[in-house]
Amino acid sequence: MNTKKILSICISAVLSMSLLAGCGGKTDSGSTSKSSTDKSSVTYAFVAKDVQNPYMKKVYEGFEKACGEIGVTALYKGPEAATPEKQIEIINQLVAQNVTGIAIAANDADALQPALKEAMNKGIKVVSLDSAVNAQSRQTHIQQADPEKIGRGLIQAAYDMVKGDGGIAVLSATAQATNQNLWIEWMQKEMKENPTKYAKTPLIKIAYGDDDPTKSTSETQALLTNSDVKVIIAPTTVGMLAAGKVLQDKKSTVLLTGLGLPSEMAPFIESGICPWMYLWNPVDIGYLTGYTIDALKKGDIKGVKGDSFKAGTLGDKAVTDAAGGGTEVMLGDPFKFDSKNIAEWKTVY
Amino acid sequence: MNNSTLKKFFSDNVREISLILVIIVISIFVQLRSGGNFFTPENIADLFTETAILAILAVGMMMVIITAGIDLSIGAIMALAGMIGTTILKGNQEINPVLIILISIVIGTLCGMINGALVSKLRILPIIATLGMMNVFRGLTYLVSKGSWVLQNDMSRAFLNVATGKVFGINNLVVMALVVYVIGYIFLNFIRTGRKIYAVGNSEESAQVSGIKTERILWLVYTIMGAIAGFAGILYVCKFGAAQGETAVGYEMNVIAASVLGGVSIAGGTGRVQGVLLGALLLGLLNNAMPLINISAFWQEAIRGLIILLSVMSNSLIQRNVEMKALRRRNI
Amino acid sequence: MAKQVIQADGTRIIENERAFSWKRFMFQWEWMLVLMLIIVNIINISSSSNYANFDNIMNAMRDFLDKAIVVFPMALVIVLGEIDISVASIMALSSVTMGMAYQAGVPMGLAIVIGLLVGTLCGFINGIILVKFPELSSMIVTLATQIIFRGIASILLETGSVGGFPDWFNSFGWGKVGSIPIILIFTIIEALFFVYLHFTKFGRRTYAMGNSVMVSKFSGIKTNKIKLIIFTMAGLLAAVAAVFLASKMGSVRPDVAKGYELDIIAMVVLGGVASSGGKGKILGCILSILVIGFLRYGLGLVNVTSQVIMIIVGTLLIVAVAITNLKSSFGQAKWVKNLSNNIKGVKAQR
Repeated sequence: MNTKKILSICISAVLSMSLLAGCGGKTDSGSTSKSSTDKSSVTYAFVAKDVQNPYMKKVYEGFEKACGEIGVTALYKGPEAATPEKQIEIINQLVAQNVTGIAIAANDADALQPALKEAMNKGIKVVSLDSAVNAQSRQTHIQQADPEKIGRGLIQAAYDMVKGDGGIAVLSATAQATNQNLWIEWMQKEMKENPTKYAKTPLIKIAYGDDDPTKSTSETQALLTNSDVKVIIAPTTVGMLAAGKVLQDKKSTVLLTGLGLPSEMAPFIESGICPWMYLWNPVDIGYLTGYTIDALKKGDIKGVKGDSFKAGTLGDKAVTDAAGGGTEVMLGDPFKFDSKNIAEWKTVY
Repeated sequence: MNNSTLKKFFSDNVREISLILVIIVISIFVQLRSGGNFFTPENIADLFTETAILAILAVGMMMVIITAGIDLSIGAIMALAGMIGTTILKGNQEINPVLIILISIVIGTLCGMINGALVSKLRILPIIATLGMMNVFRGLTYLVSKGSWVLQNDMSRAFLNVATGKVFGINNLVVMALVVYVIGYIFLNFIRTGRKIYAVGNSEESAQVSGIKTERILWLVYTIMGAIAGFAGILYVCKFGAAQGETAVGYEMNVIAASVLGGVSIAGGTGRVQGVLLGALLLGLLNNAMPLINISAFWQEAIRGLIILLSVMSNSLIQRNVEMKALRRRNI
Repeated sequence: MAKQVIQADGTRIIENERAFSWKRFMFQWEWMLVLMLIIVNIINISSSSNYANFDNIMNAMRDFLDKAIVVFPMALVIVLGEIDISVASIMALSSVTMGMAYQAGVPMGLAIVIGLLVGTLCGFINGIILVKFPELSSMIVTLATQIIFRGIASILLETGSVGGFPDWFNSFGWGKVGSIPIILIFTIIEALFFVYLHFTKFGRRTYAMGNSVMVSKFSGIKTNKIKLIIFTMAGLLAAVAAVFLASKMGSVRPDVAKGYELDIIAMVVLGGVASSGGKGKILGCILSILVIGFLRYGLGLVNVTSQVIMIIVGTLLIVAVAITNLKSSFGQAKWVKNLSNNIKGVKAQR
């Protein structure tokens, strides 16, 4: 290519770019800003950990319901794999779209800070749910249940299942997920504070299934190669389902507990592979989140301790201090699912 | 057998023999280190079952690489075929699993045909064509899934049993892999079309000039690869009880590694079914053995990569040696 | 300029290339890319009023430019006729070592340098293996090193992550000079550097090697040295991209940048750098980065799922190659067909 051609192509490329910048200059002040009094253009965006995760979808059901009641648009977004990098891209896209509120289940507590801070600087309300971001990145966090109760409860359940004698293994989600690490911390604390009780039920290994059904399956198989493992705790719905299948296929005597969706885990509870497990209503969390963002937008609350607001059919909710800094809104207590009540709950969620 | 026949046997099968030696050495090492946990019937059965799908894919990839091509889209084809198959299953649980498998094979074949057309008719470089189609197939997989996973509760018992069931005490998947290998061996060694593949790989121009319809052969190998990928894909999602948009991402690299370990040259023209089988077995062995001797999961990746690297490097050195000897014998 | 043309009956003639032919110009790769860029922009502007916003565009650039940093050296690798699929792993390893150095108390600036050195070393290792074992294809070597490098990153950091970098570090990924992101400034400088390379002896020799390594070698070009330099450069720039990525994320992890290598290769190929070596310009790469980047950004604004974007990018890639191939394929196919017919004719006569 001779100089003339190079030049002409460069010029066309530059022209194309300046066309953009020119447009940008003109429309910047005009039509791009969305009036926040216009209800139908108010959008609350929900960013899941992983766009395909069934648990996240259930949470969004509640979120959508709340937005419907309030009269705003709800938006569901998420990465194809549970990584923080993709979530940063999504947050940037939402900021460019000028949404009014962002509710995010974070894949990493700290990595999203710069992106979320930019959102908040633009006036967008930011809350986290399920898996928290650090206190500087959010206005408040919607907590499903007390992490201490979850952590201690799970390890105690495992202990009871093996009757105090047997190795415990944990099948977690991604290694950076805030909620996972918090629960595992409480599990370890419980064991450390009661060394004699847990003397014969050591925590042998923590495996990471990344909230990916395929990886969770292979990680479970790897855990089972260690014959000391007698019970697996999977504080992730994806992990529970995968582990359940592996145990069933291998006709293993290893037991399972953790946080699972009743609709998915019903066969395993009925067959006894999982004597009992815990969860809470994911739809309620989404519902509460929707109302929390709305309360922030309306100015009913500011995200500091002592605030209180009405969350639709869930009634009055208060904002309290969160362990680790910042504030949170608590949903309730974890709920136990076992063979007695699973038939009733498997159709609910 | 006299001396020279033995020598010929060795020099012809250097690759396979060295692979068998490596496998034996590693097996013994693992057996000792794991306190006897390796040679249990259960573990060996696990080993073969885990390796089966990789092995099936390696046969197809071998044919593609022999023609000096490559197929980066097999992971995506696996996902697409698996996703479509299981999505159909989701709505119709009573369908015979064999029908689902056939549907997936058909999907895979169609994908392979597209790849083949791009490479043979439009003359697009295989790496580019399959890279582009990988994106297309993967995107289609997500679209078909409508953003949801298909999980075990959506699959019928009959279907899930395909991966866990046994024939004469041997796992179904292993039996299928053996059948594929026998067919592959016969095809590549005794059927004319199979032999033509080697010719095209050695030199496309020479093959064409000697009357082989190279376009058709190229199209054929990608189609076969697609069919195999479709087959492997549905088996894969059956085994894991999950069909995701992310299924088998990056799997093509494992398959390429297995083929290359088995002696298939990226430049094309060489490669044998026996070698590829052993290559897949070696990779499967590494996957199976390392947890047994308590190698931390974090070390496993690096060790696997190192073994692949050392293996190809040593093969290269052996090759150089052989060629040097041949050169010396020429008495210039 | 003289040009060899193979006619339909198999004879070769040498004819003078006409000074300027519109038909040939339009079929030039770069021109098609410009067209694509314009089309992409038109679609985007009409679908969302938020698109043509200068700030938003600058922010979007922050998101896709970290891959762009590696596109340029990768283009040289591919011109050479080789490939490097380990770049994403080099990114992971260099950022992990940087993080660990910082965690161990090393001042941030030095930690960054350590990360860059590690990346350069990785690239050097790739190059050295390829030079010492010329029988091995770069595909398999970089496939192995891809696994090894990321594996080492896993060994070092296990499942943890290192964060808490000083505030000024964040400015790499997020900072702006005026309203231009720092990463954009860097990428422009890098692009200019590579354009400069194109015109140097080094650049010409790389293209020569792409055409035929053997011929270049016998013509006196130090092929080993050039190969080594290019792979080392790829490693170094991968480490640079890793610094930007780490700054954007505020943390380092062993599994960052997974799958980046294929996106980078797609951008290079879309830019017109033929994988068979010997062809392709940096300008094409710049254009393809913009096309893919703006496509992602614009479609993302109207919430088109990234999977549909994947399909579009894949199709773009194939269509672009197909069109430019179409023209040259007809001539060659005919020639070979005629030759084989002639031979068959000769055989029949006997």
